[in-house]
Amino acid sequence: MEIDWTHAGPSIAAAFFASLVEFIEALTIVLAVGAVRGWRGALGGTGLALASLLALVIVLGPALTRIPLQAVQLGLGTLLLLFGMRWLRKAILRASGVIPLHDELAAYARERAALEAMGVRKSGWDRVAAATAFKITMIEGIEVVFIVIALGAARAGLLVPASLGALAALVLVILLGLLLHRPVAMIPENTLKFIVGVLLCAFGTFWAGEGMGLTWSGEDWSIPALNAGFLAAALVAIPICGGRQRMLAAGERA
Amino acid sequence: MSWLRTVRDELIGLFVDDGRFAASIVGWIVLCALVLPRVSLPAATPPILLFAGLAVILVHNAARRAREGRQP
Repeated sequence: MEIDWTHAGPSIAAAFFASLVEFIEALTIVLAVGAVRGWRGALGGTGLALASLLALVIVLGPALTRIPLQAVQLGLGTLLLLFGMRWLRKAILRASGVIPLHDELAAYARERAALEAMGVRKSGWDRVAAATAFKITMIEGIEVVFIVIALGAARAGLLVPASLGALAALVLVILLGLLLHRPVAMIPENTLKFIVGVLLCAFGTFWAGEGMGLTWSGEDWSIPALNAGFLAAALVAIPICGGRQRMLAAGERA
Repeated sequence: MSWLRTVRDELIGLFVDDGRFAASIVGWIVLCALVLPRVSLPAATPPILLFAGLAVILVHNAARRAREGRQP
């Protein structure tokens, strides 16, 4: 199959960055499981989850190609907007101080404490370790599967590039995990979520519009314009939310 | 059956964490899908209207959430 890299580039980038965020969150918990309860169960649970997720992409991706394209575009565009706007709203609220920033080191410490409270087992097959690693990899991985399918199935020839973007993120996170043996806290995850939120909103709007039969002037070049539009909206929202937050705090102090 | 409930909740949670926000997005998309293809407007206008509505929903909802105050 021939891939048009000019059209595939934005899908690959969006899938890569979105998957990177999800895999970093999964890595934090898998590292905590491995460190506390041993690596056999942690890696076994993670491997099983990754195999299940791969099977989901293989089954669901091609199955969607049997549904009329406009219906798929409208459906996936709507879901992508629900997903992406939820992320972007959360990123805006974090950037303006309304909700706390996500902290991988704190999440790691919480998970370690919870696992240590269950008792330590470093040898043999550990069902708790396997189940915990399986669950977190499935939870974060389902989001990756959705992103890959939503970015890839709305047009012929994009599923493979979107999968490659997610795969590259997985390889990068595995390498970082092997090198660091601790949560990946140096990547600015909240900034990454902000960028990914903008990208997913732009794709969602584009696919939804295509599904409605709207004509995008500039065709695929409308996606960068939508990115700029959502980025501008988010940058407008941050000071508004920050101002509301400060007014509320001042009111509580008075 | 509790694991099925967990899976269902996780799946819904992917798309909805504020019901009013999700309903506004879906409502705007449905409205656009019903109206925009049927009205006679310059070709560039309907996509701009689709985007503008979503941008307004985003900013308005984030501001509303900020008014509710800081939660852990």
